Amino acid sequence: MKAKESESKTYLGIPLYRPKVAFFEFSSCEGCQLQIINNENTLLDFLSLVEVVNFREAMTEKSDDYEIAFVEGSITRNDEAERLKKIRKNAKILVALGSCACFGGVNQLKNRFNNIEWVKKQVYGKHPIDTAPVRALEEVVNVDLRIYGCPIKKEEVEKIVLHVVLGKSIDIPKYPVCMECKANENICLFDLGEPCLGPITRAGCDSWCPNNNAGCWGCRGPAEDANVGYMKKIMKEKGFSEKTILERLDCFGGFAQFPELKKKGKH
Amino acid sequence: MIFRIFEKKELKNLFEILAAHNKVVGPVEIGKDKQCNPIYAFTEVSDFNSIKLDYTTTKLPAKRYFLPFHEDLSTFRIKDNNWQKTIDYNADRPLIFFGLHPCDINALNKLDKVLLHSVFPMPYYVAKRKNMFIIGIDCVPQPFCFCRSMGSDTALHGFDMFITNLGTRYFVEILTDTAYNFLKNIKTEEPKEKDHILYMKSAAERNKKFTAKVDTTDLAKILDMEFQSDVWKQWGDKCLACGTCANVCPTCYCYGVEETVDINLKSARKTKMLHSCNLIDFAEVAGGHNFRPERHSRLKYRYYHKHRGFVEAFEESLCVGCGRCGESCLAGIKVPEVIASVRGGKKR
Repeated sequence: MKAKESESKTYLGIPLYRPKVAFFEFSSCEGCQLQIINNENTLLDFLSLVEVVNFREAMTEKSDDYEIAFVEGSITRNDEAERLKKIRKNAKILVALGSCACFGGVNQLKNRFNNIEWVKKQVYGKHPIDTAPVRALEEVVNVDLRIYGCPIKKEEVEKIVLHVVLGKSIDIPKYPVCMECKANENICLFDLGEPCLGPITRAGCDSWCPNNNAGCWGCRGPAEDANVGYMKKIMKEKGFSEKTILERLDCFGGFAQFPELKKKGKH
Repeated sequence: MIFRIFEKKELKNLFEILAAHNKVVGPVEIGKDKQCNPIYAFTEVSDFNSIKLDYTTTKLPAKRYFLPFHEDLSTFRIKDNNWQKTIDYNADRPLIFFGLHPCDINALNKLDKVLLHSVFPMPYYVAKRKNMFIIGIDCVPQPFCFCRSMGSDTALHGFDMFITNLGTRYFVEILTDTAYNFLKNIKTEEPKEKDHILYMKSAAERNKKFTAKVDTTDLAKILDMEFQSDVWKQWGDKCLACGTCANVCPTCYCYGVEETVDINLKSARKTKMLHSCNLIDFAEVAGGHNFRPERHSRLKYRYYHKHRGFVEAFEESLCVGCGRCGESCLAGIKVPEVIASVRGGKKR
């Protein structure tokens, strides 16, 4: 359905198409969606670019008539997979929103274990619960666009949405976080004896964690051409244990495809 | 050239005079590393006592004051179907650099060749460069400094005045009338023969302290010969392609430009961002083709720009030998080692 002309904005005198968008969540903390509504300074400008028809965290009304679906969370149950397929059918563009949707996120940590029943027992005891190994959205449906981060960086989402509306190309950095960290003039965390995945993690967060003296945990997944193998060697030489390194690389699931991480736990 | 000599305490007076009406940038201690060694950075200073003139080196060069990491080249105000462009060279006032080492002064001189004296000068750089007052200071060579090999251990021009520590007094070399006039406000003396001897003794002492070396004999030619050498691949296997070497380099000036519209649709901007040839995005062109998809070829071209291309164009290297890249590189890729390996590298 075409958006009402009167409600749409113009850019250089040309009316902009105002797409209908919907927000959905699966297994996640819903923090990424919260990031979007958190940005009060620009929220009204953001909302005037798109017509939100479905956003459980922010509004009561619901509609299945949407063009862009922003989907947060990972898929951990079969009924979630079915619901996601329906969303895929309704949406022209499906956007994976945040680390859980892109790589499985923190939820996928349970996939490291060979025995899912053992995991269930450890977490839920005798309480019956339906849970399967975690899947990223792209393991269930086609994903058109990925917005990385745990949580997502709201400025980046706004830029992406603006570029969709203006028909500009969407350029997500391929280079790693170090690039932004140096521009922010931070002291390298390795100089302070802290571990950090900045050299191999995709930038775009404006080195959020290192700016606050916390090493990067790789929530945005690998930079393109990330030298994970040599990074592991460097961290080992700097005295970090295998456990420390793996804990970081494993945390959000972005590095799962690297051979350095194929080892599974004893359970 | 005019030489003067003055008591150390006079430097504070000079600082007060300069800082009264100007923005002063100097080396300060911003923290300690895990071995408890101080970490230095160039920042804006208002208190003379916070300046550490005996600093070893800074992690980042003073580059951001004349080549900022991000800089708006132009901004646009949009109203209906019209727009108004504003260009600002972002040089609103003179900047005083209080204590640059010779390597960093030479870095500016090298940048001048490209960004100031070329056929198409970069006005954003020129505006800042022409509004600088530079006080150079001698340094104590560190184990990673190979500036001597690059001919950057002393600065002959590109500064206003240069001070050398002679124990209780500073020996000062005056290059500009601005410096001369400022120095009239503090107590200085004509150096005597014994001061000249002291200066030469101090310079000789400093020269003994250089340990790191790069053999630059015929380097441009050798790089041509060793273009296909396997050593590039070996260094490429280590490279993290993180861009840190370029970010900490006082002479890396490559950049990208991005045009963005603000979310209110009422303004837009064209922003320059310093880039690095080691990044995978660097050699990607419209349509998605990447001319240098491999780490080793990107790393190699960085060395070729510094030690071959620039030499061919300007008869000097684009490297000042400050050693910052090697010190910041987590993979331990250091210029002296890379060049040595190319010179002695196995042929394919």
